[in-house]
Amino acid sequence: MIEIKSLHKSYKTGSTSLHVLKGIDFSVKEGEMVSIMGSSGSGKSTLLNILGILDEADEGTYTLDGVLIKNLNEKIAARYRNKFLGFIFQSFNLINYKSALDNVAMPLYYQGVKRAERLDRAMHYLEKVGLAEWATHLPNELSGGQKQRVAIARALASDPKVLLADEPTGALDSKTSYEVMEIIQTINDEGKTILLVTHEDDIAHMTKRIVHLKDGIIIDDSPVKQQRAKTALHV
Amino acid sequence: MFDLERWQEIFEAIRKNKLRTFLTGLSVASGIFILVILLATGKGIENGVAKQFERDAASRISVWTGVTSQGYKGLNPGRFIQLKNNDFDQTVLKYQDQLEYKSSIYRIWSGLTTYNNENGSYRIEGALPDYQFLENESMTAGRFINNYDQENYEKVAVIGQKVYTDLFKGKKAIGEYIDITGIKFKVIGVFTDPGGEREEARIMMPLSTSQRVFNAGENIRNIAFTLQSTGNFNRDVEASNVFTTQLEDQLKTRHTIAPTDNRAITVRSNLQETKRFYDLNNMISLFFWAVGICTIIAGVVGVSNIMLIIVKERTKEIGIRKAIGAEPWSIIWMIMHESIFITAIAGFLGLIFGLGLLELAGPAIETEFISNPSVDFNIAISTVFILIIAGAIAGFFPAYRAAKIKPIEALNDD
Repeated sequence: MIEIKSLHKSYKTGSTSLHVLKGIDFSVKEGEMVSIMGSSGSGKSTLLNILGILDEADEGTYTLDGVLIKNLNEKIAARYRNKFLGFIFQSFNLINYKSALDNVAMPLYYQGVKRAERLDRAMHYLEKVGLAEWATHLPNELSGGQKQRVAIARALASDPKVLLADEPTGALDSKTSYEVMEIIQTINDEGKTILLVTHEDDIAHMTKRIVHLKDGIIIDDSPVKQQRAKTALHV
Repeated sequence: MFDLERWQEIFEAIRKNKLRTFLTGLSVASGIFILVILLATGKGIENGVAKQFERDAASRISVWTGVTSQGYKGLNPGRFIQLKNNDFDQTVLKYQDQLEYKSSIYRIWSGLTTYNNENGSYRIEGALPDYQFLENESMTAGRFINNYDQENYEKVAVIGQKVYTDLFKGKKAIGEYIDITGIKFKVIGVFTDPGGEREEARIMMPLSTSQRVFNAGENIRNIAFTLQSTGNFNRDVEASNVFTTQLEDQLKTRHTIAPTDNRAITVRSNLQETKRFYDLNNMISLFFWAVGICTIIAGVVGVSNIMLIIVKERTKEIGIRKAIGAEPWSIIWMIMHESIFITAIAGFLGLIFGLGLLELAGPAIETEFISNPSVDFNIAISTVFILIIAGAIAGFFPAYRAAKIKPIEALNDD
């Protein structure tokens, strides 16, 4: 599903250049659930941005679902993001003047789906994350966990190939974190490929594979025994 | 433009951001409102001044005389110059190809006039048939003096509307006899004059009759002409200037007046005054336009300023939309569509308020210098469109920049 070869990325700040990614080789197969770990500055968010076509690598190749992602113009990049990827952010990034339902329906709007069908499909995903009765509420009327569940529903709405989550539980307490992880695990169980950036060990152990990043290179990449969030909740 | 889905998006954004919408709209609406009021005031002043000029024929040339101020060829200063029938006849003969209307006038400033038990003192003017057009008069009843009256010394009178209401109180006047300074005159017509009551408190009679009745002999007080129009205003003004200079020189020679004496004979052309009035009016409307355009520019700057703030405020939202899959042009269209919609609605609201105020308060404003303030609807509509287009252009650049922002940068913007 995802194929990365010797990826390099550096940022220029004034005269100094910061080499963030120093040759990443990495691949993810369909249906995998991978967490990327590392301390801050290790380059994990940069890697995720490149995977999400929000940023471009300086060197190396990136193939997503058989399509080479290179030198895309804004329009094609937007189309690929809409078609292939679903995003979950640490700070939720919901549009605050739109209801939960309208937020979830947004990616479908950009796919050109008609309003009635859009809302119907959005409702289906809200039901999936257990927020059907909150559909008409605005984001500021929801708790943090609820907001993240709306964001997950939104990421799923366009039926993407890969779900990218950047510290999805970073702003949540551990109980809510586990609830959110439980939903993400369920989605993975249904076959969706998931990439998750985190620096929390317990969250990382709820995925099936952990990639450790340090100073821009992968120092460890190994499968782990998945800890189910449901059981963690009842400990 | 008529994408229903986008309209729904925009209405949602507008509904959820009422203050922002209100502020944008206010600056546009007030700009158009002020412009409408300004243009209407300019138009009102133009109308008011134009009214002042309607009293007499616009191209009238008048001759009157006074006392010489300089000695000339052995004659003392202080000599009164008396115009005679001859002066008029010779001028007419010399310039007959150029002249349109012509009349000499004999005048008594106050003549006691009686009808039954009503009486009043009015200006009495003896004149020729053309005088009706030189004075811009129209008949409400009967007819004006004609050549037969003039040739036969007919004792007939044409009375002004004011005289008619004073003496006849609405009764039939034509064919009745009025008594002017002890002599009976038959009323043959009633006239109105755009100059109003002052000009309508007059009685006209044939020149020949007036000279005989008032023992004036060959004397006349004034001469009035209009020239044939060439159809071109500037050429008319020029012809009128040439004519007045020639006539003045000629009359000065005839009456032995120093060429530099400006008191003894005056030949004045209304056309010059009219030209000055048109120039003044052009200046006034130019001024109001300049102020109006500045108002529009201020409105456009206001709109673009607000657009800039809107884009800044929505940076994060734009980032989210882009991450979700919005293409750059859809972002640009979204922002511009909203701004065009708001400026259009607000612009027309301002227009309606301005026109409404004019409709209500306009008729009440009727002074000597402002009359019937109104605005050309087409001009008002075009300014609204100019504002909308300018607003769209002003909105485009921030929108374009917003669409260029990288989604990650926008998302990190807190």
